[in-house]
This record gives sequence, C-alpha cells and structure tokens, in this order.
Amino acid sequence: MKTPLSSIILVLFGSFIGSFGAVFLKLGAEHMKGSLARLLNNYWLAVGILLYLLSSVFYMMGVAQGQLTVLYPMVSLGYIWAIIWARLFFKEPFTIAKIGGLLMIIFGVALINFGNA
Amino acid sequence: MTSPTVIEATVPDERAQARRSFLLVFSCTLIGALAQIFVKQGTAQLGTHVTLVQVLREPGLIVRFCLGVITNMKLFIGYGMYGINTFLMALALKGRELSRLYPIIALTYVWVTILSLFVLPGEHLNFFRTTGIAFIVCGVSVLGLKK
Repeated sequence: MKTPLSSIILVLFGSFIGSFGAVFLKLGAEHMKGSLARLLNNYWLAVGILLYLLSSVFYMMGVAQGQLTVLYPMVSLGYIWAIIWARLFFKEPFTIAKIGGLLMIIFGVALINFGNA
Repeated sequence: MTSPTVIEATVPDERAQARRSFLLVFSCTLIGALAQIFVKQGTAQLGTHVTLVQVLREPGLIVRFCLGVITNMKLFIGYGMYGINTFLMALALKGRELSRLYPIIALTYVWVTILSLFVLPGEHLNFFRTTGIAFIVCGVSVLGLKK
C-alpha cells in the first residue's frame, strides 16, 4: 500500500502553517503581561492559536488517507521552518547542532518518501 | 509569622525536580502518540479525500471538513488528550530548559510508528522508512545541544 502524494503535501503544508503559529505565539508571549483583559486583547496570541488550528485542519485532511508510519514523520519538517524563522525573526543563531539536526531530519524525510515509492 | 518548614518546602531538590520533568515529558510522548492514533482513526472515519489545490481553490471545503471534525468522537478524544498533553508539558517545562528534553520528545516518532503497526490497518515498514525514522529521531534529539 502506498500513501498518496496529495496526503504528504497536505501534512507538509500543515506543518509549514504551524511553524508560523509558533512564531506568533512567541511574539504573543513576549507581549504577555498583566490582566486577563490584556491577554484577550493580545492579537499575536490569537493569530498564533488560529494558525495552529488551521495547521491541524490541513494535518487532519492529510492523514485521512494513507499510512501514519509515512505521514507522521513528515511533521518533523516543521522543526526546519521553526529554526529558519527563529533566525529571521528572533535573531536566534544557527548552531552546529541545529544544522546537523536539520540535515538529519531532511535526510530522514527524504528516505521515508523514497521508501513510500 | 513564617514557619521554617514552609520555606524548606519551597526549595525543591534539584535532582528530584529533574526526574519529575523527565517522567512528565516521557508520559507526554506516550499520550501524544496515542492521541495521534485516535486522530488518524477519526479522520479516516470522515472519509474525506481532498488535495491542497482543491482546498486553496475552494476554502469552503475547510468549513465543511470542520463540521465533520467537531462531531467525531475519536477526534474529540484525540484532541482532548492533546490538551492534557499541552498542560503536562507546561508543568514539566516550568523553570527547565526545553533544549535538554528534545531527545525524549523525539521518542514520539518511535511510539507513533510502533502503535501504528499494531493498531492501524495497512501500515508497514521497510528498510528506507525505518532508517528514515531513525534519522529523524537523531536529528530532533541533537537540536537542543549547546554547540
């Protein structure tokens, strides 16, 4: 049995959207202080949560068809985006560990796709 | 007046706290993996077959899909477990560094794979898939290292 490419693309797109959710949550956390009223007025947080929800919708559409042994590991590609956004938006430096981990994750995802063909 | 016993109780043993965090995050990986199985089973029940292009052309599909999602018991259980997980993670991470816990978090990929093989229909592994998952687990594990 083969997992359809359309499912893989949906899961990857979901993890891409989710990585932006993480960026907005972090922005929201930086602006987080004071009362509940201010928490509810924190648009960064709201956008972050909305993006997370949207990303899980795409994830669910993806895993509706195909095998979880192929689709779930695809989520790990979200770490790649997170590392890139952290560098771009929060000036978090690339480290050897991050680059090494990033390459291993990409190689792993490529191998799984190869194993699906 | 403050009693000395109260002050002692607020200074927790560092190693005990580390062990507590470890166990909490470890439980989270198991709960999270089980949640994934429920989510997979739930979405399979919905029987949707859409592609990204279709969804982007017709965003109304998202609304229709979500209506199916909120009435599905398995998805409710799956995401309920996710909620519990998030809460436990926040507890575990309180005052601790996330980076040191990446090797444990990466175990989720192992549990999801094992559970899938046992519980879900039509799942199988081959050399490339197994090696791929091993690379992902190693990759995620090293992300938090300091160098």
